[in-house]
Amino acid sequence: MVELTINGIKTRVFEGTTVLEAAQEMGTIIPTLCHHEGLTPYGACRICIVEVVKGDRSSLEASCTLPVEEGQVILTDSERVKKRRKVIMELLLSSCPNSKTLQDMAANMGVNEVRFTIKDRECILCGLCVRYCKEQMQSGGIGFVGRGTSRRVATAFGVTPEECRGCGGCEWICPVCERACTAGNLVNGLCGGCQNLVPVETCPICIGCSESVTPSGHRVY
Amino acid sequence: MIGTNEKVAAIVEKYDGNCDSLISILQDVQSEYHYLSEDAVREVAGLLGLPLIQVYGVATFFKAFSLEPRGKHIVSVCMGTACHVRNAQSVLDEVERKLGIGVGETTQDMEYTLETVNCLGACALGPIVVVDDKYNSQMSSRKVKKILGK
Amino acid sequence: MVVSIKIASAAELEQLRSRIVAGHDPDRLCVVTSVGTCGLACGAGEVADALSKALADFGINDSVDIRTTGCHGFCEIEPVVVIYPERILYQHVTPEDVPEIVSESVVNKRVIERLLYRDPSTGESITHEQDIPFYQKQKRLSLDNNRLIDPTNIDDYIALGGYSALAKALFKSQPEQIIEEIKKSGLRGRGGGGFPTGRKWESVRNAHSYDGVRYVICNADEGDPGAYMDRSLLEGNPHSVIEGMIIGAYAIGAHDGYVYVRHEYPLAVQNVTIALEQAREHGLLGEDILGSGFDFDIKISRGGGAFICGESTALMASLEGKIGEPRAKHIHTSESGLYGRPSDLNNVETWANVPLIINRGADRYSQIGTEGSKGTKIFSLVGKINNTGLVEVPMGMPLKEIVFDIGGGIPNGKKFKAVQTGGPSGGCIPESLIDLPVDFDRLAEAGSIMGSGGMIVMDEDTCMVDVARYFVNFLTEESCGKCVPCREGLDRMLDILTAITEGRGKDGDIELMEELGETIKDTALCALGTSAPNPVLSTIRYFRDEYEAHIQKKRCPAGVCKSLITFTIDEEKCTGCTVCAKECPQGAISGEKKEPHVIDQTKCIKCGLCRDNCKFDAVIVS
Repeated sequence: MVELTINGIKTRVFEGTTVLEAAQEMGTIIPTLCHHEGLTPYGACRICIVEVVKGDRSSLEASCTLPVEEGQVILTDSERVKKRRKVIMELLLSSCPNSKTLQDMAANMGVNEVRFTIKDRECILCGLCVRYCKEQMQSGGIGFVGRGTSRRVATAFGVTPEECRGCGGCEWICPVCERACTAGNLVNGLCGGCQNLVPVETCPICIGCSESVTPSGHRVY
Repeated sequence: MIGTNEKVAAIVEKYDGNCDSLISILQDVQSEYHYLSEDAVREVAGLLGLPLIQVYGVATFFKAFSLEPRGKHIVSVCMGTACHVRNAQSVLDEVERKLGIGVGETTQDMEYTLETVNCLGACALGPIVVVDDKYNSQMSSRKVKKILGK
Repeated sequence: MVVSIKIASAAELEQLRSRIVAGHDPDRLCVVTSVGTCGLACGAGEVADALSKALADFGINDSVDIRTTGCHGFCEIEPVVVIYPERILYQHVTPEDVPEIVSESVVNKRVIERLLYRDPSTGESITHEQDIPFYQKQKRLSLDNNRLIDPTNIDDYIALGGYSALAKALFKSQPEQIIEEIKKSGLRGRGGGGFPTGRKWESVRNAHSYDGVRYVICNADEGDPGAYMDRSLLEGNPHSVIEGMIIGAYAIGAHDGYVYVRHEYPLAVQNVTIALEQAREHGLLGEDILGSGFDFDIKISRGGGAFICGESTALMASLEGKIGEPRAKHIHTSESGLYGRPSDLNNVETWANVPLIINRGADRYSQIGTEGSKGTKIFSLVGKINNTGLVEVPMGMPLKEIVFDIGGGIPNGKKFKAVQTGGPSGGCIPESLIDLPVDFDRLAEAGSIMGSGGMIVMDEDTCMVDVARYFVNFLTEESCGKCVPCREGLDRMLDILTAITEGRGKDGDIELMEELGETIKDTALCALGTSAPNPVLSTIRYFRDEYEAHIQKKRCPAGVCKSLITFTIDEEKCTGCTVCAKECPQGAISGEKKEPHVIDQTKCIKCGLCRDNCKFDAVIVS
């Protein structure tokens, strides 16, 4: 067993546990996107970062891939963590602005503005679909293609791979494509409606949240 | 394509069908055919017993590989820092103008493909433009027309 | 020619060495020319061919040797011909010069004045290679042998004492003792990380391997643009690296090694391949090395054109035939690296230092350099500098000495502005810090890093915002794309920088880049990402005024950013020669013959061809 301290509270977990798992066992909430309990951790979205304190120095690490260590001191919600998470959230929104999941997360963090150029990739490259196909379905028909900002999830040569079982798991597991916000021209600002859960009748603009079904027909994947 | 399979098979054989040599195998296939065709990629995946998407992923990740047919002459402009500080950008602009294509593109007549390289290691003599494996050093926009023969 | 014989003991190695040395007549004439990549890039291949032909034409090819070597390091003066044993050096040699060189200097022992190196500060010509200030001020422990070795002939390396360190290691020490020696020497990684090499070897040796397999790997990816010292070592003295790897493998307990060479270095791949073959033929590699019972062999692997593959975990993924995607290093590669086994990854220059340390001894080696940085380092001094080339100096030499005493200062009387060190992961050192001793820790304090040793010198005509933009652009192309801060963060940073260089900068942009940069530094997955903001943050730190000029005044003080400069013709200086009008790709220049010409600003694309072609300096950039 390994003993570590999370947010000032000591906890003991089995060796090989990740800091994220240890925190979740304690009931501490750390936001995640590319993480899924049944799949290998990937560490791509960086939203689960926590502060690891070592003496008078500290660093930020992704908790989903960080193994627990004896005597570790972890802060999951320090000022530094909050500050960095907000910018990462902005970057996520700037690359996938219409995802309700991301907008919910952003509103919860108090991010109401995106100061970066919006380039809608309709994907956050979390890799959950790729790992689901490979690890859960043992198929491995889709994967990452390209590099950098050209990186995307695709099939070889754009055709349905032989390995595809048509299970739909890749769509099911996607954290961002399940619902889209289609409210007006959300270029740089978020309405924050998701956080406020404003009742349908008084919504200034449609935000397509699950509480409402509007005549204009919000887009649901 | 008849013949592709045999040559590709020979290349895979040269590396003992070792999956780890995938990058070297693809490089040799590309040297042979000037680019990586879909057939060649599928053949390599099949012979190595690798998922096609893995080979395709490698072929699209590394800059050395081209999945599009390339021109007879490859023009590479070095865009390393030392070359940049000596105005490699204006050399590239001039090459683009003279060939009428952008980076990564091939001329209509399939004669020239233009690529950039992020450092050839001949930094003292930059800017460098390589045409068909011939290195041209201390390039300037003035000298471009001479090396392209245009 | 190379005679292949398997050497079965240390004694036999010495016997071979004596035989080779005995066969060398120190007074015999030898014409040396360097045919490394940079030499070849400016015609050294043709010069070498011309030399062979000329020696044959004069009928002296039996009495005069010709040796083709790798880079000597003074790239500015290539192609170079040096006549031994006197070491008369000729610079900028063309094939047309060759017959004269052979008839005058080789046959008639006369010096050709016009081909001699001229010291730019004194104007004097210097006859002998060893008297050239560029070389004199260096301490070329690793590089010097490049001028004496034909890399395709192992005999040359053996003649200079090659593989004696290996014999010493295999027969006179235990693996643990070798590791202690390397630790004592203070050798730190030369690839950028600066991690203590001895400690790394120790942890790989001690790490658990379920089947006892361990690997040693040579990182020859050298992705930093502007750095080419590894290329020079691999092309010019591959055996020094190989010998280092065998010693390291013995110390660590590895039997398989890899050299991962960037695919943009075909000559290095070729020469290393030849060297490995010759080493095997001589029993220096493979089974039962030198009769010691130790087995070890090395494979070469080529990169595919990805800067990220210089990062250890991405490199190892690439060696396994996968894409170069890094992973978090909570579990170090020294414990679980290539194929999940303990792996030691060291840079080319680090490996080349190993035989040096074993031969000299750690005590002597550690007397060179500073407290925290021992030994020498090879820097590639490029950019706006008179003496471009590879410079090897003891750690701790002040930057000023490197740039001005060895580098010969800035060409065309321009003013020094900054030196970029550490490539895309590093930062710039401005004039105010020109006295900085160059070592790992001092560079880090100044906000930069040593990196692989690239030193790009910049002058008053270099725009620091453009430099920052260049590096961020480079990194966005090279990012693997896995994690959000690097992939999206650098991309948006590039957007802001591009806007600034195009005159669309806004108030608050600098602060936004600082915030974004700090976030990427804190949260990116691998070292490419966490060091990526360095060039931006460093240029903001030391050249904030330039950024402000671009943003607030829409001006580029250095005259580089195209959207912010205008090309005009000075009527006083223009003679109406019409050359610029003919060169202009847009037909933007008009004027009668012998009348001052005018540039149509609506058509001008700022390509600079007019300025480059004007013999009268009449084109003004403002």
